[in-house]
Amino acid sequence: MLDLRELYQEVILDHGKSPRNFGQLEDKNTEAHGHNPLCGDTITIYLHITDEIIKDIRFEGKGCAISLASASMMTELLKGKTTKEASKLFGKFHALVAEDKEVNNFETDNEEFEKLHVLAGVKEYPMRVKCATLPWHTFKAAVENNNGKVSTE
Amino acid sequence: MNTVGSLNEENHEINLSCYIDSFPILKNPVRDKRLVYLDTAASAQKPDIVINTINDFYKTEYANIHRGVYWLSERATVKYEMARKKVAEFLDAASETEIVFTKSATESINLVASSWGGKNLSTNDEVIITELEHHANIVPWHILRESTGIVIKSVRLDDNGCIDLNHFYELLSEKTKLLSLTHASNALGIIPPIKEMISAAHSLGALVLIDGCQGAVHQPVSVQDMDADFYVFSGHKLYGPTGIGVLYAKSNILQDMPPYQGGGDMIVTVSTQESTYADPPLRFEAGTPNIVGAIGLSAAIDFVTNIGMHNISNYEDTLLKYGREKLGELNYIKFYGDASNKASIISFDIDGVHPHDVGTILDQDGISVRVGHHCAQPVMQHFGIAGTVRASFALYNTKEDIDLLINGVEKVRSIFT
Repeated sequence: MLDLRELYQEVILDHGKSPRNFGQLEDKNTEAHGHNPLCGDTITIYLHITDEIIKDIRFEGKGCAISLASASMMTELLKGKTTKEASKLFGKFHALVAEDKEVNNFETDNEEFEKLHVLAGVKEYPMRVKCATLPWHTFKAAVENNNGKVSTE
Repeated sequence: MNTVGSLNEENHEINLSCYIDSFPILKNPVRDKRLVYLDTAASAQKPDIVINTINDFYKTEYANIHRGVYWLSERATVKYEMARKKVAEFLDAASETEIVFTKSATESINLVASSWGGKNLSTNDEVIITELEHHANIVPWHILRESTGIVIKSVRLDDNGCIDLNHFYELLSEKTKLLSLTHASNALGIIPPIKEMISAAHSLGALVLIDGCQGAVHQPVSVQDMDADFYVFSGHKLYGPTGIGVLYAKSNILQDMPPYQGGGDMIVTVSTQESTYADPPLRFEAGTPNIVGAIGLSAAIDFVTNIGMHNISNYEDTLLKYGREKLGELNYIKFYGDASNKASIISFDIDGVHPHDVGTILDQDGISVRVGHHCAQPVMQHFGIAGTVRASFALYNTKEDIDLLINGVEKVRSIFT
């Protein structure tokens, strides 16, 4: 069983070292740039969204193992989801890493989301929570950018 | 206190470990580990004498100053003004009237920029800073530029992070009105050749401000000897409380400066239409000042002067050398700002590991280091990096602390390889 307090687990180190879906996305139709001025971390999320479905998602950036791993795992989780589902998952992820355990009910999480539990240890280090959430906030901004385009067309 | 540490006759190394017990926080475990505090460059821990002085003052002598005719107020006023005298002696100022209490070194620099700069600088006047500066010695000049149109020139660093003196002399001209320079870099520890630079600036008629936050805590300072026109430092980095800072300025300069803020205590007379201002230093201390902060700082100065700033400097140099040697034995460490003349600060990174990850893993073992850009982004831009790991050493650190840091660094490396 995973010890939720242990932060630097193999999974995080692995994603940090070899992030999945890393690099530009040729047929992106929206993107957003995120920056954490406290530590200088930067991330760009590229999305291809069709009919509110995230057909493809990739990212680029520089950052610590936590932010790279979080971004990498996020892209794996969100590919193929609808933007609505993604928004719900962001809420769940935020609760996992930044809110009191009592309000969560992690037992009901499906296998797919359970993978993200390795990041829960970041809660013990409040200064590092932003490292884990930066990719998600940037993803949200990218979706909103896309919505903006759609609504004006 | 009459001990000044013990001297090891064999290698002439001074040992200040007898003062560790003066710092109660060091006895409290952090994350169930012994605290290894290596972030004094950000803020120093406080000795009992500072904590007790503040506590006792609140319990027995506290009142507002400069206004009451009753015993307590007179007593508090005397103590506050004695603190000013203590600071003047600590900096070797010619007079205590050259010492203004502020809330921080940051406020001191903002005061100079706003008051002296606002009055004396105008379009195309040049202020020279360097790439070594803390944001506190950069941003106030940016703000002043908006209202005056001054030009800010910045001295480049060489590959090691030392001041490029040739570039400094290229920038220096008769247009230069102020050189605003760090006494020691907070991000790297590097100490610029300040006496040479002050003298060069003076020869062209410019004034010089020295940001002494990392300098005054590490070595004896004589503002008269270095001939600084302004010198600033923060109390909390000198083992004193937060919220108290110091601005030293030469008498004639201070006398000529307009008020920075208006309020009580900085006036001679006030009508609804007009005010006349008090002489310095009170002209620059509007409102009830940080009375307790000044008295706490005075206790901190007693503490360090009893030990001796020379002894503190020698001891910290020993720690710096030991730390540099030990970290240097690890071939995956890269150093930033290697130089011979340094405050006790080592900036480094571990190959393949982001500084924030280093900081968090060290923290799990009770080791407190600073990671990131250290409020000195131009230094990071110079090296093309986002941040470093910074270990800074104070009189309460030991070689054992450094050994624990080395163990921690090895652990970080092993996790990431």
